[in-house]
Amino acid sequence: MKCREIVELMTDYLEGTLSPRDRARFEEHMTGCDGCNAYLEQLRATMNTVRRLADEPVPEPMRSALLDAFRDWKTAHA
Amino acid sequence: MAEEVDRDIAALRRGDEAAFAALLERHHGWMMRLASTYVGDPHAAEDVVQEAWLTVIRSLDRFEGRSTLKTWIFGIVMNLARARRRKEERLLPFTSFFDRHAHTVDPARFGSDGMWRERPQTWENVPEAKMLASETLEKVRQAIEALPERHREVIVLRDVAELDASEVTGRLGISPENQRVRLHRARAAVRKALEEYLA
Repeated sequence: MKCREIVELMTDYLEGTLSPRDRARFEEHMTGCDGCNAYLEQLRATMNTVRRLADEPVPEPMRSALLDAFRDWKTAHA
Repeated sequence: MAEEVDRDIAALRRGDEAAFAALLERHHGWMMRLASTYVGDPHAAEDVVQEAWLTVIRSLDRFEGRSTLKTWIFGIVMNLARARRRKEERLLPFTSFFDRHAHTVDPARFGSDGMWRERPQTWENVPEAKMLASETLEKVRQAIEALPERHREVIVLRDVAELDASEVTGRLGISPENQRVRLHRARAAVRKALEEYLA
C-alpha cells in the first residue's frame, strides 16, 4: 500500500471499520513507514486539541441568568 | 425491567444547584460548537445555548428522563439552532458535490511512487502549553467554522460533543460510511490548518 492511500484510510482505521485484510495491510505499512506514523500522530494531536474546545467556560452573565432561572423553578416547585 | 432516570436529570429535579452549575460548565463547550455549526454569530450561538438550558428547566417535570441529559440537550440545541438559522436566513457557502475519492492530503506531498516526499513534522516537540494555548484553540475553532456544514456537524458531534458514531448517524440521518468520510475530511482539514499554524 502506498502512503497516499494509507492517509485516506486513517479514519477508518481509528474507527475500527477496516476489513481484517485491509487492517493487516495498513498495520504492515505502518510498521515500516515514519511518514505515515508522523501523519497519524498529527491526526491524533489534532483530535486531542479539537476535544479541548469542549472546555470553553460559561460566560458569567449567562451563568448568573441560568442559575437565577433554576432557582425560580426550584422555588415554584418547593 | 427497571428503567433508571438519568442521574443528572434526577439531580436537577431535586433542585441541586451545585449540580446544575457543574452541568452548565460541562456541556457549554460542545453546545456552543454545535450551535455555531448552524448560526454564524457567536452572540446568536450563546442565545441558543442559554435558551436550550431554559427549555431544560421548563421541561424538567414533563421529561421522562430515560435518555441521558446529554442526548436530550443535544436534540434541543439542534432544533433551536436550526430554527434560529431559518429565522436569520444565514447564507451558507456552496458545498461542492461530495466526492468520496478526493484527496485529503495535497497530492504534491507524495512522489510518483505514492510515498511521502518528505516525512511530516513530528509534533511531539511542540510544548503542550502551546498545543492547548487559547491562540491555538482559536485557530482550530476557525478551521472548524470554515468547514462545509456537512463536515462541521460531524466533527463537532463526534470530536467535541463526543457522541458515538451510531448516535450521530441516527440523528443526522446519514449512513455510517457517509459519516466516516465526512469525519475524515473534517479532521484532515483541521489537521492541515493546525500544521500551517505550527509550522
